[in-house]
Amino acid sequence: MPAVLFYILSLVMLAAALLVVLQTHPVYSVVFAIISFVSLAGLFLILGAEFIAAAQIIVYTGAIMVLFLFVIMLLNLRREDIEERGVSLMKTAGSIGALVLLGLLGGVLAGKISLGPQGPFSQEVIRQAGNTQAVGRALFTDFLFPFEATSVLIFVALVGVVILAKKKL
Amino acid sequence: MVPLSHYLIVSAALFAIGVAGVLVRRNAIIIFLSIEIMLNAVNLTFVAFSRYLDSLNGQIIVFFVMTVAAAEAAVGLAIIVSVYRNRESVDVDRVNLLKG
Repeated sequence: MPAVLFYILSLVMLAAALLVVLQTHPVYSVVFAIISFVSLAGLFLILGAEFIAAAQIIVYTGAIMVLFLFVIMLLNLRREDIEERGVSLMKTAGSIGALVLLGLLGGVLAGKISLGPQGPFSQEVIRQAGNTQAVGRALFTDFLFPFEATSVLIFVALVGVVILAKKKL
Repeated sequence: MVPLSHYLIVSAALFAIGVAGVLVRRNAIIIFLSIEIMLNAVNLTFVAFSRYLDSLNGQIIVFFVMTVAAAEAAVGLAIIVSVYRNRESVDVDRVNLLKG
């Protein structure tokens, strides 16, 4: 059952991401990106990372995509002009480059991957306390400094955004 | 159980789609959206390895990647708004004053 779900969800995710890139209206692109990110959250659930799945839905689709939609509506962007229809050099180069990258990455990753040393957090251990508790404990003990540093980072980003987006400084 | 390489191939495909979006599109907002798609592909790689290596480090890193992605998206969109106010367009081909 999880295998079938994995294939269905990854197919939906890749199709939605492809549609983000291929179609012209910005709002539809954001909606397809939302579909892609929600199916990615489903993939995280299959992998047993429940906290990350919830964070994906809350942060990515709930905050970042809504921010994108706000900006699109603020700038009143319409469907893109189709003046550049037809094959242009940049588009062919970009598509071929992406295909080459996919071939390289896929070829490397499909081969035998020698995994590193196994850690202590097997699924049984995590299931005793719950994924969120395990992640939270690690965040507040081993990774305390990066955790607090991200709060400073978000604060800096907040100040920067407010200054950048003001009409008159 | 789905083998690890399947997850990694899906992640590689998602990353390649993001790269194609950055290279092919001219709308600055769609370029940013493609960058977010690339970041999500990397998140999938991290979580897949975290599961198959019995370690939580992958998920911790994903937490920080999401935070940084949110901050970067906000700042990037603010820059796009400023550029739009000056140039009346989000087309990246029009923002070429530094071109030689």
